[in-house]
Amino acid sequence: MSHSKHVVSTAITAETIAESHLVAPEAVALYALGLGDDALILAQRLGEWIAHAPELEEDVALGNIGLDQLGHARSFLTYAGTAWNKSEDDLAYFRTESEFRNRHIFEQPNGDFAVTIARQFFVSLYFDRLYRALKESTDPTLAAIAAKATKEVDYHLDHSVQWLLRLGLGTTVSHEKMQRAVDAIWPFVGELFSPEAALRDLDDGVGVRPELLRESFEEDARRRILDAGLKVPTAPFARGGGRDGIHTEVFGHLLAEMQVLARAHPGATW
Amino acid sequence: MATSTSTAGSDIAAPGIAAADAAGEARFAELLATESRVEPTDWMPAAYRKTLVRQISQHAHSEIIGMQPEGNWITRAPSLKRKAILMAKVQDEAGHGLYLYSAAQTLGIDRETMFDQLLTGKAKYSSIFNYVTPTWADMGSIGWLVDGAAICNQVPLCRASYGPYGRAMVRICKEESFHQRQGFEILLELMRGTPGQREMAQESVNRWYAPALMMFGPPDDDSPNSAQSMAWNIKRFSNDDLRQRFVDMLVPQAEVLGVTLPDPDIRWNEERGHYDFGDLDWDEFHEVLAGRGQANAVRVANRRAAHDEGAWVREAARAYADARATETEGRIAS
Repeated sequence: MSHSKHVVSTAITAETIAESHLVAPEAVALYALGLGDDALILAQRLGEWIAHAPELEEDVALGNIGLDQLGHARSFLTYAGTAWNKSEDDLAYFRTESEFRNRHIFEQPNGDFAVTIARQFFVSLYFDRLYRALKESTDPTLAAIAAKATKEVDYHLDHSVQWLLRLGLGTTVSHEKMQRAVDAIWPFVGELFSPEAALRDLDDGVGVRPELLRESFEEDARRRILDAGLKVPTAPFARGGGRDGIHTEVFGHLLAEMQVLARAHPGATW
Repeated sequence: MATSTSTAGSDIAAPGIAAADAAGEARFAELLATESRVEPTDWMPAAYRKTLVRQISQHAHSEIIGMQPEGNWITRAPSLKRKAILMAKVQDEAGHGLYLYSAAQTLGIDRETMFDQLLTGKAKYSSIFNYVTPTWADMGSIGWLVDGAAICNQVPLCRASYGPYGRAMVRICKEESFHQRQGFEILLELMRGTPGQREMAQESVNRWYAPALMMFGPPDDDSPNSAQSMAWNIKRFSNDDLRQRFVDMLVPQAEVLGVTLPDPDIRWNEERGHYDFGDLDWDEFHEVLAGRGQANAVRVANRRAAHDEGAWVREAARAYADARATETEGRIAS
């Protein structure tokens, strides 16, 4: 395996990975596939906002966050694809619903701006913990993708925390909407910390066991929800199943839209 | 806002103001004569200010409305690379709208008022965005033809006499030329692709070509505001000159792409040193301008929906900022 011999710079992109002729070991590829799908599906949702945001600054901000997520997705998927001789586009456009490995929180619809902020807050906090740890991975490609992503996620987290405060403490209306949004997304938070099956066959230090991130995540999430004058939900977490290819009802619609053109022209390049 | 008082200058007969105006007017004339920039604090004629507000806000609205026809394809872009490029492009347009609204704000109008003018139809935006984007190839045509025409229009505006506008245009033009190249690449990739892709590209160019040529505005002898704008160093070339320049640029590029421009009268004119081209359907132009384009109602309705649905968010942000400011003042006072 050549994967551990290459030193990949922090300016890593899908293109540099594709050109490097790395081949990810199967288990690493499965792990990267899950992370890539999480980022891709979130980017797809954020892309739906553009031209519809509450103010122009937010069209720019949500577009930025979506673009960063798409960049992470492209890197992870390109790397994953090297194990099966598949491109990022093969993986994004020509897999069926049950072959996608993203966790459910990422596929949840945008809802109103508060729902998008609640989803972004929870996932940014999770990504923050995840990528900080993954940047120490013994797999240099995963480490490089995570190192680049850490800096970007830092901004995403700050953006959603600022909005959590503004909406939580702004007006009666915004407070109610923000509480409802946090409540609506909360059931999907638990799945973020379910074990990664792909890591069972890998040495410690390649990937990050999400179970280990949970305590620090929960502590920070609770504090920030309370700081915004909101209540921490007490509803139970949903069962999840995204990493096993089981998705919520909204996912088929998202995928149909994302894949429609590529599938109408199989074999075409764009 | 202080700068707006001079717009009322001509209505006020106070002698002191008249004297100040006379000095300002001389200085303004000198700035134009020396090809210098007029800055927000300089005296300027009320009509110059009004023309700029109209033009800059119209340009800002065009950027914002122009996000919709391309936003239509972000979720369906056929490769992840194209999706990223398209998202970045639409995001750039929001950024352009922001710079331009800021430039207009230096003339004493606020963003809310401009939004209101857009939503009530009092202010216009470029008619080109009232055309629809049913196919992916339209992302190529918009980049190549629409952004291409926009660049021909906008490069001279980098030298516009009003400083904040000219400077905003420098930045915008850099990004626009990048967008045009990306549009060209989309079409090139399609033209090198399957028969279905080539057909998609040609069909799209057929639809966008004439509307893109009309972006330069009506023929010179039918363009009421042009002469004054040229005298004020806002506009630098006539509509027809810019249109000719655009066609001269397009013909060789179409050859590289392998697409046919949908005008049988295009041919090189040795004597003029330019390509001749056929007459455009100005009735269509006036129809779309009058609100009878494919998407006039939808574009404004979408903008209104985003604005209305976001009202509670903007209110919350204001309330939060006000509360924080009060809190800070309270701390300073105690």
